[in-house]
Amino acid sequence: MRNCRQAEIICTKIQYKEATFLEKLQIRLHLLLCRTCRAFVKKNSRLTALCDKANLKTLGLEEKERLKKKLSGKQQ
Amino acid sequence: MNPKLNNPSQKKSITFEYTTRMTKQLLNPDTWVDRYSDYLFNYAISRVNDAEIAKDLVQETFFAGLKSAKNFKGEAAERTWLISILKRKVIDHYRKINSQKAKSMVRITQTRDTEQRGDFMEQQVADPTSLLENSALENEELGIAIQECINKLPKKHALAFTLKTINGLSTEEVCKELNINPSNLWVIIHRARTALMDCLNTNWFKI
Repeated sequence: MRNCRQAEIICTKIQYKEATFLEKLQIRLHLLLCRTCRAFVKKNSRLTALCDKANLKTLGLEEKERLKKKLSGKQQ
Repeated sequence: MNPKLNNPSQKKSITFEYTTRMTKQLLNPDTWVDRYSDYLFNYAISRVNDAEIAKDLVQETFFAGLKSAKNFKGEAAERTWLISILKRKVIDHYRKINSQKAKSMVRITQTRDTEQRGDFMEQQVADPTSLLENSALENEELGIAIQECINKLPKKHALAFTLKTINGLSTEEVCKELNINPSNLWVIIHRARTALMDCLNTNWFKI
């Protein structure tokens, strides 16, 4: 049987909808037996929901590079 | 008056504590973009509601920061100082668009039918029972809380988390960007998420 650490990582994969069918099956079995991991799954989904709700935005990587260049240009 | 406040020894202890906590801060403009650009960008976007304008405001903030770096007294943290510059930039932005609008605004109020209902200020206020503004404000605060927690993560973890969660890149793309293999990436993201949960737990509410 899988240990909790692996189960937690599968749980994180599920948050991004990238767990395989086999992994989902394994975590189902594990969750039946493990109360700690059930709590973790709950917390992890909450975090996903919060991130969705906050509607965070970032500057893209290229945009950041552009900014960095401009900044270092100004510094000299 | 509270007699406790007049006690000189207590006053001294408070000021002592204050000065010891105020260690001198230094500016590191090279790390600004990595550390604060997302934070400032989210703040700006919540104020101006336009990604392009927000981007410009962040850039102007960094430039202004560089320009007035000499005036930085080292009393506040770098981030607080940058945010205070950004706040001024946002105000300037609204001043600018308001001065452009001013003329047409006057004309509209003059040509309006005064008999029409809703002309008085009292009738134009927002619906006080609406919950929409409240939740918008709450989401904005939540966004800032999450951003602050992300800033506390190790650099690589923070980058992996933002690329995957906020930018929504695929696993392969993130792996290529960070030059790691997928199982490493999942471990990193898992650690970042665990740290974020703890951080939000103390800074936001129980999750």
